[in-house]
Amino acid sequence: MKIHEHQAKEVFAERGIAVPLGRVATTVEDAVAAVRPIVEESGNPVVVVKSQIHAGGRGKGRFKEHPDLGGVNVVTDGIDGGVEAAETAVRELAEQMLGSTLVTIQTGPEGKQVNRLYIEQGIDIERELYLSVLLDRATSRNIVMASIEGGTEIEEVAASTPEKIITEEIDPAFGLLPFQARSIGYQLGLEGDALKSGVRFLTALTEAAVVLDTDLVEINPLVVTTEGEVMALDGKVSFDANALYRHPAIAALRDATEEDPAELVAKDNGLSFIKLEGDIGCMVNGAGLAMATMDIIKTVGGEPANFLDVGGGADKDQIAAAFKIITADENVKGIFVNIFGGIMQCDVIAEGIIAAVEEVGLDVPLVVRLEGTNVEQGKRILDESGLDLVSAADMKDGAEKILELT
Amino acid sequence: MSVLVGKDTRVIVQGMGKTGRFHTDKAIAYGTNMVAAVHPSRAGETEVFEGETDHSGVPGRDETYRLELPIFRTVDQAIAATGADASVVYVPPPFAADAIMEATDAGMPLIVTITEGIPIADMVWAKRYLEGTATRLVGPNCPGVITPEECKIGIMPGYIHTPGRIGVVSRSGTLTYEAVYQLTLNGLGQTTAIGIGGDPVNGTDFVDCLSMFNDDPATEGVLMIGEIGGTAEEEAADWIAQNMTKPVAGFIAGTSAPPGKRMGHAGAIISGGKGTADAKIAALEGAGVVIAPTPTDMGAAMMEAQGS
Repeated sequence: MKIHEHQAKEVFAERGIAVPLGRVATTVEDAVAAVRPIVEESGNPVVVVKSQIHAGGRGKGRFKEHPDLGGVNVVTDGIDGGVEAAETAVRELAEQMLGSTLVTIQTGPEGKQVNRLYIEQGIDIERELYLSVLLDRATSRNIVMASIEGGTEIEEVAASTPEKIITEEIDPAFGLLPFQARSIGYQLGLEGDALKSGVRFLTALTEAAVVLDTDLVEINPLVVTTEGEVMALDGKVSFDANALYRHPAIAALRDATEEDPAELVAKDNGLSFIKLEGDIGCMVNGAGLAMATMDIIKTVGGEPANFLDVGGGADKDQIAAAFKIITADENVKGIFVNIFGGIMQCDVIAEGIIAAVEEVGLDVPLVVRLEGTNVEQGKRILDESGLDLVSAADMKDGAEKILELT
Repeated sequence: MSVLVGKDTRVIVQGMGKTGRFHTDKAIAYGTNMVAAVHPSRAGETEVFEGETDHSGVPGRDETYRLELPIFRTVDQAIAATGADASVVYVPPPFAADAIMEATDAGMPLIVTITEGIPIADMVWAKRYLEGTATRLVGPNCPGVITPEECKIGIMPGYIHTPGRIGVVSRSGTLTYEAVYQLTLNGLGQTTAIGIGGDPVNGTDFVDCLSMFNDDPATEGVLMIGEIGGTAEEEAADWIAQNMTKPVAGFIAGTSAPPGKRMGHAGAIISGGKGTADAKIAALEGAGVVIAPTPTDMGAAMMEAQGS
């Protein structure tokens, strides 16, 4: 589960991880009201107005409605004009940014609507670094990854100058040990107060990552201020969805407006659904088989409209919910149901399909491939139902048939 | 004549809830030698299983079964009383890693964990705990391990399997059934089919399984089914190029998956340009693996790899 930058920074601050002062705003008035306390407390007349969406590349991103305006804006009017000038500038920015659609390299061309802004103190930056904590699947342990190339995508650094990537493995039994934190600090070129501050930062951050069950914590840039403090200028955090049950406060940070509505409905029904761009809806049991079904649709020349895994033990209601989600997509011109019944029995699936069609109707072609446990009963139930569907002998046959019909 | 499990494997079940009971019943019907269950609050009781076996109607095999499975408080006690050498874990996600570590501490040689949805951090701990022990973990989030007509540990439908000479290893559940079924339809039976699971942290990987199949005299070829995410398939390709003496066929699911999206399995995410289906296919083909172009060609790819 992803959270917003401002939420990440609130979580960081609670755990002793240094972040700039900031306030979140969902209205223009709130944005303006945030300026004075931040300027007064920080002593810095510069503030930054940052779009809050669940996607990276905001600084370089541009608004559809305001093609010259970026997603992150530094307001320097306060240097000469005082707080009032800063407030006026923030008002103008907030009026344009709130409710507008920001397009970044990660949002896709459709962009994302900005519903929240984060007003943050300006920071006098001496150096920009990179830091992340993530799982290394090869060793089944978390690693700290750092680089002196702050502000650049780490993938780019890995591709062009891999020698600039520093890693330290975290033994779960010990956590990040002090000498490891110092070693990262040395390699980042930190000295004196900055080294001490960096070690504190690293220790607190890796502890937070473990305690809060994060999938990924990425600080880019991690900055060294002119005063020698190491601080998170940005913060991207995602949490292990399987561990959210033990972090109710984190789970409450979910922003449903950032998620696809159909994906949310699917989640509520215990289904795994991802919307795609094509026109052939798929309903499959099992993630691997669902991916393979999408692959074969593509192989025969079609485009899948979705990934949908109904799981191992879906009941009639879940099958019906899955059908509703698929048919609600206006792009869908046909549906391919591919089930290999193991624990899930084909007769139960067949009954679920019939119940779903009776409930939600069906105005696109339907191809069903059933195999596995109780397959004969399942096929008989579908035959006797009088439902207008086409049976497929195997996956490829099913993919070809649905393509012919759409 | 197989790897990991066979007719002499003595199996206990950890997690005798609704799911655990259901699959234990199926395993007994299949002929698996289930010897005990572990349940902290039901020690001393027995769980009764009875019904028709899967071999009903086959001459010389039992038509029905009735088994009173003893329940113990700890894995340790279950091993002491029954000589169990394998455990299957159906314990719910919040407690599953603890169940794995308990069985590890008790010296259980093989732990097959079916549970889906275990927090990653818990599995990082469990893997750390396993280090330096003789215990092998399969899973979590996997269909299990089966040696056809001998021992079924997990949730796979037994009837699609046939005894034979092909080893199967897969990260997926239902896609494994698809693969096994295609092998069976092509007249290729299986020595053992292993589901290693779709999670980013798991106990046994492709290389472990390939190595076991390579050493197993009964196995003549291996079908491996991978998917996007991680680099386990690339590592398998390296190992195959260096060590494998038997033909290998494969399939990689997810050629059509968009980057950065999770396809059901937490492990199946393409991040940072790593773990794409194309990279995996290229690596495996480079190692001489025959890759099935579509998921319906898995059986045919195995035939081709074997030169038949």
